[in-house]
Amino acid sequence: MNIIVCVKRVPDTETRIRVGGDGQSIDPSGVKYVVSPYDEFAVEAALRLREANGAGEVTVVTLGDDASQDALRNALAMGADKALLLQGEVTQDGLATARALAAEIGEQDAPLVLLGVKAADDDQQQVGPMLATLLDRPCVTGVSNFELKDGVAVCRREVEGGHQEVEVDLPAVLTITKGEFEPRYASLKGIMAAKRKPLDKKEAAVAESRLRVTTMELPPEREGGRIVGEGPDAVPELVRLLREEANVL
Amino acid sequence: MSDVLAVVEQKDGALRGTAREVVTAAAALAAELGGQVHALVLGGPGTADGVDGLGAFGAEVVKVAEHAALAEYHPDGYAAVVSRLAREGGYGAVLFAATGEGKDLSPRVAAHLDVPLAADVTGLTVDDGTVVATRPIYAGKAFTQVAVEASPALVSIRPNVFQPAERAAAGTVETVEVTEDSSTWPTRVVSFTQTGGDIPDVAEASVVVSGGRGMKDPENWALLEELRAALGDAAGLGASRAVVDAGWRPHGEQVGQTGKTVAPRLYFAIGISGAIQHLAGMRTAGTIVAVNRDADAPIFKVADYGIVGDLFEVLPRLTEEVRSLRDGA
Ligand SMILES: Cc1cc2nc3c(=O)[nH]c(=O)nc-3n(C[C@H](O)[C@H](O)[C@H](O)COP(=O)(O)OP(=O)(O)OC[C@H]3O[C@@H](n4cnc5c(N)ncnc54)[C@H](O)[C@@H]3O)c2cc1C
Ligand SMILES: Nc1ncnc2c1ncn2[C@@H]1O[C@H](COP(=O)(O)O)[C@@H](O)[C@H]1O
Repeated sequence: MNIIVCVKRVPDTETRIRVGGDGQSIDPSGVKYVVSPYDEFAVEAALRLREANGAGEVTVVTLGDDASQDALRNALAMGADKALLLQGEVTQDGLATARALAAEIGEQDAPLVLLGVKAADDDQQQVGPMLATLLDRPCVTGVSNFELKDGVAVCRREVEGGHQEVEVDLPAVLTITKGEFEPRYASLKGIMAAKRKPLDKKEAAVAESRLRVTTMELPPEREGGRIVGEGPDAVPELVRLLREEANVL
Repeated sequence: MSDVLAVVEQKDGALRGTAREVVTAAAALAAELGGQVHALVLGGPGTADGVDGLGAFGAEVVKVAEHAALAEYHPDGYAAVVSRLAREGGYGAVLFAATGEGKDLSPRVAAHLDVPLAADVTGLTVDDGTVVATRPIYAGKAFTQVAVEASPALVSIRPNVFQPAERAAAGTVETVEVTEDSSTWPTRVVSFTQTGGDIPDVAEASVVVSGGRGMKDPENWALLEELRAALGDAAGLGASRAVVDAGWRPHGEQVGQTGKTVAPRLYFAIGISGAIQHLAGMRTAGTIVAVNRDADAPIFKVADYGIVGDLFEVLPRLTEEVRSLRDGA
């Protein structure tokens, strides 16, 4: 069974964000980019399934510019079989992204599509359920573990106060969260092999973003840094400040 | 002139805390757009009995869709009903809470209606008839303003950010018929296993007590739980990634760039160093308190109030003082 995993290239979580000269996007100079952490869980989940089934291919897909090839190469180095770069502009309009992905994925024979629960940059948590809705397939979000039984995906879904068991028939879309799929490191052999694996490129039809960014700013610096005192003796003063000054108790 | 639909949540028939926030945000938008607020609640039979009170926050009409198959959140069912009602009402904007449920539901509705979704927003204005949302990105390391160039403008709002404000309106309760056929909904929820207590999710709690590696041992969470309980029913528990990775706490409690982004009124960081990925997830909290024995810990750079000291000495005292304050009040 073939599996498609959607991955996104995002700034490393260590990165300090600076606003670029246009005031609408980040300054990319000096920013290290990585595969979005939750997407790595999704890749790991796909690889384990292929290893268990012994058949089928794992294809990683990204919508982005030429630089997004690194994210695909990283996933290939982890063990994915092939990669597809859909060339097009990525914006905060997740529906535009989902549409571009759906146009491609709808044509492929892959009953299981995996995504990260959220991308570590725009943090919208929307592309997965949108993609599924556009493809008219069921979608389970926030899946920390799952197995396939007779064409049914049996998922453990993390929800407030506990977890659910949720079943959907394939074809289906799952968004993966942290859980059982701790991602493997790419081995040196994997990295070498990735260079020879197929990476196709295609122009994607991406609609113009209907979430138009007008400004980007850094959050106001927090004043911060008032040490009330040392040890337990400082507690009464802290509580007084929280009540009388901050008005939060 | 256009009305605004506020999609609000209930649990076991009672409105969730975010309901008033969503209606408040919707009322501010409706005033700008020159329309009214319609609140929408989905639930099982009898839901209409528990939905009063939204009129006081600006809801002209409270629509209630009752059906046995809607008693618990169901992704396909809720998406179908909300999409249909949103379409029929011709709304200028549709608002959701960016809760676990809202984040699952709102993108499905967006795809059904073919409009974009501004998710997890912390500010809303109207500029010349266009809804403009403030969205944190990179887990709060930066903020963008985005003009939502579609109608209806779909927005999910971050819990605890929009303070409920009273604005009297009729609040007339109307039941709406559910014509959808639940046998066609593909998702099957087989079971729910409760693992946590009945405390609010860290992303929705208005007060959060978070612990890090400085707590030393998962057993010591009893100390954090005591402080949390002393702070009241609206308080939740959070954790750093270090303790989640160690298996001391569930991932659902993780605060930070690869966990939840939270904006409570009051945040306690206990034995947490304040790594950039943690700060990203909590720096928009109202008031931040840090307890750490290392005076140079980066958490103190964002904390409004800090105590330098051994948490095992400070924490019990803090719980005791908070308790006596509450008992006295
Ligand atoms: C890709 C990526 C994503 C990440 N995402 C997240 C995320 O979402 N959330 C997150 O939190 N982290 C995240 N991290 C991890 C982050 O970098 C830090 O490693 C982590 O936050 C540290 O957790 P901590 O503060 O509990 O532990 P530590 O950094 O070990 O800090 C423990 C603190 O406790 C103090 N302490 C120890 N004993 C006592 C005592 N008795 N009394 C008082 N104080 C004491 C110490 O002085 C120290 O400051 C991420 C990292 C990466 C690489
Ligand atoms: N440009 C993209 N290309 C491929 N997949 C994407 C893209 N953007 C988002 N995704 C997928 O959708 C998930 C959720 O993203 P988001 O809705 O932006 O939080 C990500 O974890 C990816 O799996």
